[in-house]
Amino acid sequence: MSDITKKSLTELVKNIKEKKLSSEEVTKAFIDRSEKSKELNAYITEDYSSALEKAKKFDQKPNLDLKLPGIPMAVKDLFCTKNIRTTAGSKILNNFVPTYESTVTQNIWNEGAILLGKLNCDEFAMGSSNETSFFGNVQNPIDENLVPGGSSGGSASAVAGQLTPITIGTDTGGSIRQPASFTGTVGLKPTYGSCSRYGIVAFASSLDQAGPMAQNVRDCALLQEIISTYDPKDSTSIDFKRNNYSKELTKNIKDKKIGIPKEYRVEGMPKEIEELWQKGIQYAKDCGAEIVDISLPHTSYALPTYYIVAPAEASSNLARYDGVKYGFRAKGENLIDMYEKTRSEGFGAEVQRRIMIGTYVLSSGYYDAYYLKAQKVRKLIKNDFDEAYKKVDAILTPSTPSSAFKIGEKKDDPVSMYLNDIFTVPVNLAGLPGISIPAGHDTRGYPLGLQIIGKAFDEQNILNIAYAMEEKINFKNKITDWWIK
Amino acid sequence: MSIDLKTIKHISKLARISVDEQKAEKLAEDLNSIFKFIEKLNKLKTDNVEPLTSVAETTLKLRSDEVKSKDIREQIIKNSPQDNEDYFVVPKVIE
Repeated sequence: MSDITKKSLTELVKNIKEKKLSSEEVTKAFIDRSEKSKELNAYITEDYSSALEKAKKFDQKPNLDLKLPGIPMAVKDLFCTKNIRTTAGSKILNNFVPTYESTVTQNIWNEGAILLGKLNCDEFAMGSSNETSFFGNVQNPIDENLVPGGSSGGSASAVAGQLTPITIGTDTGGSIRQPASFTGTVGLKPTYGSCSRYGIVAFASSLDQAGPMAQNVRDCALLQEIISTYDPKDSTSIDFKRNNYSKELTKNIKDKKIGIPKEYRVEGMPKEIEELWQKGIQYAKDCGAEIVDISLPHTSYALPTYYIVAPAEASSNLARYDGVKYGFRAKGENLIDMYEKTRSEGFGAEVQRRIMIGTYVLSSGYYDAYYLKAQKVRKLIKNDFDEAYKKVDAILTPSTPSSAFKIGEKKDDPVSMYLNDIFTVPVNLAGLPGISIPAGHDTRGYPLGLQIIGKAFDEQNILNIAYAMEEKINFKNKITDWWIK
Repeated sequence: MSIDLKTIKHISKLARISVDEQKAEKLAEDLNSIFKFIEKLNKLKTDNVEPLTSVAETTLKLRSDEVKSKDIREQIIKNSPQDNEDYFVVPKVIE
């Protein structure tokens, strides 16, 4: 039984299609392991009994033409799931049961997948360690008391711990790639406009994107081709020709030009990250790629820009949580008092902090100095990438400036926490696709990731580069099952 | 530049989040350290730069103005903390 959860998505699909495994067997195996893994706190809401029922129903009349035939999977609790509680990791949505389904999850169910449950995340996806969730910390399967990264921390933990074969997360400033890097898994943030935002709890609308997280690049490519569809329900969804990413996956990346941006060599970066990067460059060369030195001169301005743009959009998006139409409501002496107490008691500290930053930068007298300034710098950051892509096909960087840290280590220092996203944030600001693949271990055996950044809508190219490098790297995740007693 | 308690209280009013003295002090401390980090942007000259409002370089699509979701009153009211028949209920606003 336990062997089932060790299989990749591609293997599971093959086994079900060849009738070597039933959906019920697979679903049961992942439920059993999830039940034994409560210590990880990866789930917010479990839906096991209904998953088993759906699996049995699938087996009675299996449609094996589907891409995810009877495959069980859990998803980040930021996606609205019809009739299943959706919390966004917040007290304010603790009792929220959507009456509709997000487009991305609907696409997955349409291909035959079965929902196991909803995975833990930072509150409203605001965090880099999963410590801001109302539902508690998530443990990294790599080691005890280690953060899994964030905000898709529950998702990363569940994939690395084999509680789900694949999952979907969301990425506003690094929330798929950073936890993927911390847990030794693969995570793709698609081009802005590739995956519909309809039915995803909004954080920062000009940056948010959903994306796949998996054990390997092929699984990631398969999930990406399923979730990426043009959707008229999202006005920023873009109608472009989407590939069958998994079918067109190739390891032939000969003569691809890969850029190495010198500005990513940041001050105080640990030696092991620099070494990992150098190793990555060698792997890319071994695959036949050509390495080109490039410059992204405004890189160091990306984080300050992000911490204006993202909170500004968040403060506006989160204005809807007023205790009237849905969610938690506190008692108040009058309407205004009710609003203020609802938001003060319903939101956690980090979310309140970001709403305050956002409100401040948008407030009268400060708009030009902060928000408009940030939008201009955002333009410069995007121009840097446009310029670089005249010379190269993709860009290779580390995914994070360090490996995973201990729970509580950075919690009280917001700025040091924000620095986690230094290599991932520019990609969101420019709306580009980026993928993190596991590429090595630090001295303690914790995983380290490399990021490949592509041109807009060029997911196929970065998936191919990742696929080719993955083979050369031959990464093995060190999971000891320490949490299973 | 530093953000004082008076500003924190003003912003919290705008954001509709109640803050007591202790919370205001903590927020002031946090926001000041965050803005110290953000101030870096002032070093950049951006006079002739067009602000970027959307990375998706497409114009928004028009659609016909039709009602697509009908009879969903019950669904809309379903998650409200307090309702009465077809209405959301809020604390009294008119004396």
